[in-house]
Amino acid sequence: MTNRLTTTFAQPRPSLVCFITAGDGDTAANLDALVEAGADVIELGMPFTDPMADGPAIQSANLRSLGAGTTTADVLRYATEFRARHPQVPLVLMGYANPMVRRGPEWFAEAAALAGVDGVICVDIPPEEDDALGPALRAKGIAPIRLATPTTDAARLPQVLAGSEGFLYYVSVAGITGKQQAQIASIEANVARIKQSTDLPVAVGFGVRTPEQAADIAKVADGVVVGSALVEICGAYGAEAPQHLKTLTAALAEAVHNAR
Amino acid sequence: MNTPLNSFRTQPDERGHFGQFGGRYVAETLMPLVLDLEREYRKAQSDPAFQAEFDDLLEHYVGRPSPLYFAPRLTEELGGAQVWFKRDELNHTGAHKINNCIGQILLAIRMGKTRIIAETGAGQHGVATATVCARFGLPCVIYMGAEDVKRQSPNVFRMKLLGAEVVPVTSGGATLKDAMNEGLRDWVANVHDTFYIIGTAAGPHPYPEMVRNFQSVIGKEARAQMLARTGRLPDLLVAAIGGGSNALGLFHPFLDDPSVKMLGVEAAGHGLDGDEHAASLLGGSPGVLHGNRTYLLQDEDGQITEGHSISAGLDYPGIGPEHAWLKESGRVDYSAVTDEEALDAFQLLCRTEGIIPALEPSHAIAAVKKVAPTMPKDSIILANLCGRGDKDIFTVAERLGVEL
Ligand SMILES: Cc1ncc(COP(=O)(O)O)c(C=O)c1O
Repeated sequence: MTNRLTTTFAQPRPSLVCFITAGDGDTAANLDALVEAGADVIELGMPFTDPMADGPAIQSANLRSLGAGTTTADVLRYATEFRARHPQVPLVLMGYANPMVRRGPEWFAEAAALAGVDGVICVDIPPEEDDALGPALRAKGIAPIRLATPTTDAARLPQVLAGSEGFLYYVSVAGITGKQQAQIASIEANVARIKQSTDLPVAVGFGVRTPEQAADIAKVADGVVVGSALVEICGAYGAEAPQHLKTLTAALAEAVHNAR
Repeated sequence: MNTPLNSFRTQPDERGHFGQFGGRYVAETLMPLVLDLEREYRKAQSDPAFQAEFDDLLEHYVGRPSPLYFAPRLTEELGGAQVWFKRDELNHTGAHKINNCIGQILLAIRMGKTRIIAETGAGQHGVATATVCARFGLPCVIYMGAEDVKRQSPNVFRMKLLGAEVVPVTSGGATLKDAMNEGLRDWVANVHDTFYIIGTAAGPHPYPEMVRNFQSVIGKEARAQMLARTGRLPDLLVAAIGGGSNALGLFHPFLDDPSVKMLGVEAAGHGLDGDEHAASLLGGSPGVLHGNRTYLLQDEDGQITEGHSISAGLDYPGIGPEHAWLKESGRVDYSAVTDEEALDAFQLLCRTEGIIPALEPSHAIAAVKKVAPTMPKDSIILANLCGRGDKDIFTVAERLGVEL
């Protein structure tokens, strides 16, 4: 299947994947800033009251967004409007199972497809529970993007890869978002190990904050995911966030695109 | 024992599903660990040495079997069915929580884990976890909502005396669910050496099954004791429900006794008609949280709403998945009791039986108070007195307008 994700990752240069939480500040302006500054893929976080896999930065973003009254309809509207403004840029929704399955997986897949969403990352639906959402997404042509982690051993990896689409998200640290970054040697070894078993592009995230770190990872992976560092900017600057997002994203994009 | 064809005691399936409920909804980082835990638990289950050590500690450390007690003055006061109590409040540390902690710490040691974490609401599970950690010399971190740290300060001090580090959690509503989130975050970051002792029959498979099995000692004892004392089975079992572990512990061994009815009692807080309650089954809907699919308090977008109960141990917006299944299968009835009714029942038991119950089983007693008068005098109600009230006297005093 060719979609925006495959086209993007088919480029010879590594891709920059940027995460922000929907409804935290001026979402449209923040997303435009990321795209203008060179983000290749957008991950839009669906806020949830109980973000169990997230560190303080993204937890706070979730609470700010919900505190501002963000609903699932709002998140889908941000996606729809983004798609209209940026027809070519891949858009991935990332979040937790409960808001995604609340009205039934078919409802969610249909709504996400209508909004022009290319992929969905659901943190707390492992391959073992794929039935809860995966079939509905695939039926609508949306890529279920799975996570692999340092604890995903060789015996388990095939199960994670089976049914994964779009790209594989390698979580470089066993931990929550926004904390320390793994050693580049460990990232390189794990990405190499994963790439032996799949043709899917591999993007690496968790703990990536600076252009230097991003460049190191881009040398060994197909994509680099940056989240907490951007989300912190949204938290710190509010309505002024877009210009600051642009500055960091431009530096990250420069580092990632020219890493090899 | 042969299980009948239509047994209610064969759940969950091999994927940890109780019908449509349960499962393993966790981040990939935890998945290999959860699978490993299941493998180790299965090995322990079939190892007579594990069972022997569990039984030995329950007998000599916890003080089991707990008595089965006929409550004559309460029975007389209510004027209907005979009321009996399973006295798990007499356990070491004052609640049923220790039964499960003994089982899980033995498993942790078997798995070579060197650090223990737990979440706690009322503090009873935190105290029980801190206790077994002291007993086995393992370091222990307890996550507790900052609100609960305030309303259960005696238990916070107990945990500290026992050598635990108590971490107040300020995110969200700063109660039990937020403590559980923080426990999961710690676990994800420390998978190599850390064992998470979950305090109720919830969480990812195999926790709901494992906790139920460890707590089933309550029902197994009660069933044998009741048969020995009265020559018959009770007509009705009653237990309070937070996550559901004391209730399942009592109910599970009786599930295939068709003559035994069962009533799980949720916390109705200020009443089921408003938002201020913690009745996930009666006032919630199915969803996914903390590793399992179950009934949750949530809004139409799947955002989890804050529960409320006077009892910190019942103040949780979810419920163990087996209860969700037992409700849908119709085997167990569920009702709810308000803060006021629980407070009345608390005082009633103090005055009629000389027993100060915890606020959690006070909900069960309140349900008994409603149902006993409607039942014949030769019928038997068995309620789980799963905790003692020492920890709650400050909360109760405040609600009664008494200054200590
Ligand atoms: C005495 C007591 N009973 C009941 C509960 C509720 O838990 P569960 O429903 O798992 O028994 C608690 C929880 O802290 C408790 O301390």
